[in-house]
Amino acid sequence: MIRIENVKKSYTSDVQIGPLNIQIPKAGLTSLIGPNGAGKSTALLMIGRLLDLDEGQISVANLDIATSKSRDLAKILTILRQENHFVTRLTVRQLAGFGRFPYSKGRLTQQDEEIVSKYIDFLDLTALEHRYLDELSGGQRQRAYVAMVLCQETEYVLLDEPLNNLDVARSVQMMEHLKYAAAEFGRTILTVLHDINFAAKYSDRICAMKNGQIAAYGTVAEIMQPEILTDIFETKIEIIQGPYGPIAVY
Amino acid sequence: MAKNAAPQTAGFESFQTRHLSNKLWTWPFVAALIAVLALGAISLFTGVYDIQGQADGREMFFTTRVPRTASLMLTGAAMAMAGLVMQLVTQNRLVEPTTTGTIEWSGLGLLFVYLLFPAPSLLLRMTGAILFSFIGTMLFFLLLRRVRLRSSLIVPIIGMMLGAVISAVSTFIGLLFQMTQNIESWYIGSFSNVQMGRYEYLWLIVLVTVLVFICADRLTLAGLGQDVATSLGMNYNRIIFVGTALISLAVGIVAAVIGNLPFLGLIVPNIVSMFRGDDLRSNLPWVCLLGMGTIMACDILSRVLIMPFEIPVSLILGTVGSVVFILILLKQRRSPQTPR
Ligand SMILES: Nc1ncnc2c1ncn2[C@@H]1O[C@H](COP(=O)(O)OP(=O)(O)OP(=O)(O)O)[C@@H](O)[C@H]1O
Ligand SMILES: [Mg+2]
Repeated sequence: MIRIENVKKSYTSDVQIGPLNIQIPKAGLTSLIGPNGAGKSTALLMIGRLLDLDEGQISVANLDIATSKSRDLAKILTILRQENHFVTRLTVRQLAGFGRFPYSKGRLTQQDEEIVSKYIDFLDLTALEHRYLDELSGGQRQRAYVAMVLCQETEYVLLDEPLNNLDVARSVQMMEHLKYAAAEFGRTILTVLHDINFAAKYSDRICAMKNGQIAAYGTVAEIMQPEILTDIFETKIEIIQGPYGPIAVY
Repeated sequence: MAKNAAPQTAGFESFQTRHLSNKLWTWPFVAALIAVLALGAISLFTGVYDIQGQADGREMFFTTRVPRTASLMLTGAAMAMAGLVMQLVTQNRLVEPTTTGTIEWSGLGLLFVYLLFPAPSLLLRMTGAILFSFIGTMLFFLLLRRVRLRSSLIVPIIGMMLGAVISAVSTFIGLLFQMTQNIESWYIGSFSNVQMGRYEYLWLIVLVTVLVFICADRLTLAGLGQDVATSLGMNYNRIIFVGTALISLAVGIVAAVIGNLPFLGLIVPNIVSMFRGDDLRSNLPWVCLLGMGTIMACDILSRVLIMPFEIPVSLILGTVGSVVFILILLKQRRSPQTPR
């Protein structure tokens, strides 16, 4: 369970995120949606201990992220940032291998190598695994970053716009996998998505943010309402029933 | 991808070879090793003094030629390594001891030792140089935290400005206490004075190399930035601290024994990175080897160009280095991935 209590962050006097109060239960896929600048990335970074809180408390699996050892947290929690840029030149496989760092401290065991191979194959990077990151397309690189995060094999996975740069087929595959990991292995996945319909199709719960606040939080059926979405995105949004569930039309 | 169950069946036979792509003993490495050994041999037999003809040739060989070649190899490895570690720690390709002020700081350290002690021993000078380069490099890294775009040109510009200020301070102090000659000769690093009894501290570089090798994976990870490192459970600030200490050790030792050797830390890691990427552990032997090769080639040139006189090797390094520096800049501008 991810428990967020009274969390506040103020960047400047006029940009304030929070107070946020939310509990995300264990196992399942939760999507974070909302307009640009709503505070989604900020919230994710704070949960992932990459950004200090000004106030409040966050605990993941009953560990307070402010006081727990980073080394221990790395085995239960991982986070992928929205933007990644590495000056360091590594191959796809080397990067993914670093996902095993919390366990092997760099000296990959046979088992680590197998895990790395598994996720590289799974993300369709097999043919590219010895290419350098700066020789890949945007979507290929995004998949390499996701591979690193998945190699960490943590119970809690935070992803900031993992579908960035991915084509439709890859997006569907990625979401299928995340959903599978959540359902089959009891992983708790929190992901920022911009496509409401992807969120609706694959999530167990949706959390909508606006102006630094949590505007709505509930099941897909509860959030996929025309009034709620119209209000959050300030754009006229209607809901129709498609073959796989509700679809937002705008 | 994802036919749901992740394919564990990718083939065990392929798995055996898949992760072994970065093995060390490849043909190019053996070739490079032979080339460096050959350069070493040439270096041993280059010089004005005729070691084969004269009666005391053998003695000369062991008191000057062997120390000179050994110290070339050690400093070459040290400076190249220091540059590489610095580039990982700052996440900037254009950084090395001369573009961060580290060298200037160690010069200042030497000067202070000369001021405080009448006839300082080499150990004392070395300690001063190491200490000051550590302080200076740390200061530079703290300053860097304020720079948003880590990969930008701003970083080496700040470093060079800082270096200029420090060397101005050194010159001022030098003028004040009439020690400008010490500084000037120091700024022109050269191996012509190396002989038995004056260079042995350079062997400490072997120790530094071992330490860098032990920390290699952590340093590579630090190169991916604070967020990735933290997310993977590594103490980022600690490895930066350790990295800085290792850099200062290498630079300080070289500064005290030899002097200023510009650009070596820039050329070598960038060339290695072009061919082999930045995985520090598997690249360290390459970086050391190329560092040795480059400096020996430059030193041999410095000895034969205007024989029987010697050009300081730092001049040759500076010339070659600035050309390579510009080439790297131009290449960076052309590559589409680098944000401006
Ligand atoms: N480092 C920063 N300094 C100052 N303000 C910031 C900083 N980072 C974010 N902000 C501000 O905080 C607010 C929330 O930003 P955040 O990145 O969390 O939004 P987001 O919901 O992820 O948006 P997007 O959909 O565009 O990614 C924005 O108004 C942004 O301008
Ligand atoms: Mg964001």
